[in-house]
Amino acid sequence: MNGQDLHRGKGSMRLKGLICKEGYQIIRDPSSIAIAFVLPIVLLFIFGYGVSLDAEYVPIAVVVEHQTRETSDFVAGLRHSRYFSPVIMTSIQEAERSLMKRDVDGIVWIRGNFGRQMLSTGNAPIGVIVNGVDANQARIIEGYMQGVWIKWIEQASIEGGRSLLIPVNVEHRIWFNAQMRSRNFLVPGLIAVIMTLIGAMLTAMVVAREWERGTMEALMVTPVNVREIILGKVIPYFVLGMGGMALSVIMAIWLFHVPLRGSLWVLFIGSSLFLLTALAMGLLISVMAKTQFVAGQIAMIVTFLPAFILSGFIFEIKSMPAAIQVLTYLIAARYFVDILQTVFLAGDVWPIVIYNSLALIVMSLFLFIVVKRHMKKRLE
Amino acid sequence: MAQKAGYVLVMEGVTKSFQSRRQKRTALEEISLRVRRGVVTGLIGPDGAGKTTLMRIVAGLLVPDKGDVHVLDIDVLKDPLSVQASIGYMPQRFGLYEDLTVQENLDLYADLQGVPEARRPRRYAELLKMTMLAPFTRRLAKRLSGGMKQKLGLACTLVRPPEFLLLDEPTVGVDPISRRELWTIIYRLVQEEGMSVLLSTAYLDEAERCQEVILMHEGRILGQDAPSRFYNDLKDQTFMLTSETEKGRRLQQRISTMPGVVDCIVLGNRVRLVTDRPQSPEEIESLFGDGAGLSVQAAPPRFEDAFIYILKRCTADRRPVLPVREDFISSPVGIRDGDVIVVEDLKRRFGDFYAVKGIDFRVRRGEIFGLLGANGAGKSTTFRMLCGLLPASGGRIEVAGSDLRVAGAQARANIGYMAQKFSLYRGLTVLQNLQFFSSIYGLKGRRQKRRIEWAIESFEMTHLANMTSGDLPLGYKQRLALAVALIHEPEILFLDEPTSGIDPIARREFWNRINILSDAGVTVLVTTHFMEEAEYCDRLVIMAQGEILGQGTPEEMKAPFRTPQEPEPSMEDVFIAMIEHHDNRSKPI
Repeated sequence: MNGQDLHRGKGSMRLKGLICKEGYQIIRDPSSIAIAFVLPIVLLFIFGYGVSLDAEYVPIAVVVEHQTRETSDFVAGLRHSRYFSPVIMTSIQEAERSLMKRDVDGIVWIRGNFGRQMLSTGNAPIGVIVNGVDANQARIIEGYMQGVWIKWIEQASIEGGRSLLIPVNVEHRIWFNAQMRSRNFLVPGLIAVIMTLIGAMLTAMVVAREWERGTMEALMVTPVNVREIILGKVIPYFVLGMGGMALSVIMAIWLFHVPLRGSLWVLFIGSSLFLLTALAMGLLISVMAKTQFVAGQIAMIVTFLPAFILSGFIFEIKSMPAAIQVLTYLIAARYFVDILQTVFLAGDVWPIVIYNSLALIVMSLFLFIVVKRHMKKRLE
Repeated sequence: MAQKAGYVLVMEGVTKSFQSRRQKRTALEEISLRVRRGVVTGLIGPDGAGKTTLMRIVAGLLVPDKGDVHVLDIDVLKDPLSVQASIGYMPQRFGLYEDLTVQENLDLYADLQGVPEARRPRRYAELLKMTMLAPFTRRLAKRLSGGMKQKLGLACTLVRPPEFLLLDEPTVGVDPISRRELWTIIYRLVQEEGMSVLLSTAYLDEAERCQEVILMHEGRILGQDAPSRFYNDLKDQTFMLTSETEKGRRLQQRISTMPGVVDCIVLGNRVRLVTDRPQSPEEIESLFGDGAGLSVQAAPPRFEDAFIYILKRCTADRRPVLPVREDFISSPVGIRDGDVIVVEDLKRRFGDFYAVKGIDFRVRRGEIFGLLGANGAGKSTTFRMLCGLLPASGGRIEVAGSDLRVAGAQARANIGYMAQKFSLYRGLTVLQNLQFFSSIYGLKGRRQKRRIEWAIESFEMTHLANMTSGDLPLGYKQRLALAVALIHEPEILFLDEPTSGIDPIARREFWNRINILSDAGVTVLVTTHFMEEAEYCDRLVIMAQGEILGQGTPEEMKAPFRTPQEPEPSMEDVFIAMIEHHDNRSKPI
């Protein structure tokens, strides 16, 4: 194995050559820069601004059968809330029609005896009909409505000098996301999903490009070995991917005003582990797909979509069926979502950070071993 | 080991097959060969012969199903890395990094090959001088011409002088001047650096440049010897015939069916004949003269003759070869006389680059007209403008009386088009392809049925009618593509690089059909970068850098370049001389 030693001595020179080459290509070919920097900007804008689980200014119909001082007080209360934009209607039929047409998302029905009941018992029921097609939205409207209702009754009771007659008084206290801005936990989760796509795309696409252009064949007959080919791809794209990550974090903090309560270095280590896992997934894809088109498609389907749906970023894992819950343990983004949401919103919560980091280390090691095994210096 | 000392490559019983779509295709069958040290060995055969597979096995990129491969006395199967550390391999599409400059590409390969920093400046200087790339070191690889890219690829392969150099079709699509330069470089390497070279090519004329030739066909080796040894056997069997009364094509059609004829091709007004035994010109004259004033001259045998001879001997019983049936075309077509295609001051600009710089030519009815030039000469651009696929930036085009760019379907029905890579639907069978294409040309009912029957019968594809066209051998794909282009009986036929890579027998068949069509009045416009193919044309233009360098019949083109030393210049010689002449003229004084 004399030749083998000779190769090893020149390994660093070959690796340097590969990394320099990749560097030039990154600078001169805009496609990988686009993946690393433009993709997160676009996705963060679309999802950060477009997707919000908060309901604000929800159009609702308010049916007032018999206008009194109490009812106009209540409507004014709705109007002042930033959660609703009420439309006054006079009959429930009209309101139902609007609901069917989806002009409004809910109906508040204040019956004719509202004022009288209010005066006599201090508590008058109102009817609330919510469009349940979007269950999430419906629950939110319901909750808000209750809030407005309680607030109003409170107010009315104080004014009337009566004590509050609501049987149960729930006091909510929200930890970690005091304003209950869904954006605060959506954006960190989104970063995890974006990084999945970037990491997998970068390596899958650039290796596929080498196959397409025939450079891989020329590379393979040089004394370079598989380890060097892998490192020569991982190192430059790790740097580029971390650049994309940094950009995403900056956007999260400065643009979306997501608080960063944990430390930067925990964020850095967590992100590095995840990015390595994602890059390894990309390399694994490139072992199978030899054209950029196919590689891109596979990267979308096997990394981005599962990360989107199964990482717990939008859909709560605990509310999934048991079988699917088990499946989520295979999704690397799941661990990263956990790390990011914790580090951003709660701080360095060590049990969570360590558990998830270990999971990522295991995953990336496993993937790199599989890649090393399957990436051969052969054309079949 | 001692017996292998003189060889850089020893293969014993190598077989390799590929699995594709439930069907096994054998690429190499029981190949045994030896390549001698210090010489240039050519691996010659048409596309699909197994050349690239063989090269990749030698380079350790593919593992054979069985057999032994020793490169420089190292077992490739056991230790591919050691082999790769001592050979140089340039794949067919050499992987230059297009976004890197010439210098950066060289640096990368020097790093990968572990060339010590101290030795680099000298090696770079040598390579850049040899490839004449020194003025372009800072240019991005993607901005180099095809020939320059190929030379840079070679330079990258050579940064660490390899003992054994593998070149997979290095000259494909390269202009004749760069081709000549590449050969010069290869021989310098052998002489100055003692390198051994194995080079594959589909150009038969390149065989004569090699010191030793391995002839391959359909995964087998047909022979290995010095190139002259292949055709020296054919001494006194090759002749050039001219008739006073018969046109070349008529003459060829008459003789090609006669006993004793191995090969017979039309070259303008002359016919080149290969017979199955040595004869004197007088004997030929009396055998084939038939009272017509036939003049017969002995012609020196060429490598291609040998290939045909060997192929026919090996495969005679396996496939129907010449001649094409006389009733291949039923009735003369075409109504126009005179010029069918008129091109005047045609220009095409891409950004600030002129791909076509104002060219003029006319094609008469029934003529076979060639556009000859290397890749990038502007012939494909011209071709696309003629077909109406690309608007011209200036000038006038008239095809069968109209500009196809603006003319309707009626005018387009007059033309048949055969694209470079045969645009067939690979997933459809032969019959389905014919049905589809005939229906998009508006053929219906009885006429459609009749034309499809004609196509299958006259192209001898009856036994293949239900085969998926993607699985057809290359020669049959080409037949099918031609059948598809002719299905609607067009007056004008456009052929874009129709014969690149196909074996010489299929090529002959193809040109026979084209000749019959032309006799029947079909006008044929063909592009090619095969210099020898020009000989099949009635008239041609030679193009380079968007300009026409010369125009006329093959004989007229050669005439100015005939010298006492070179009475029979090849089309390639003519081409090179024209380009050199052109470059000298356009150089600022």
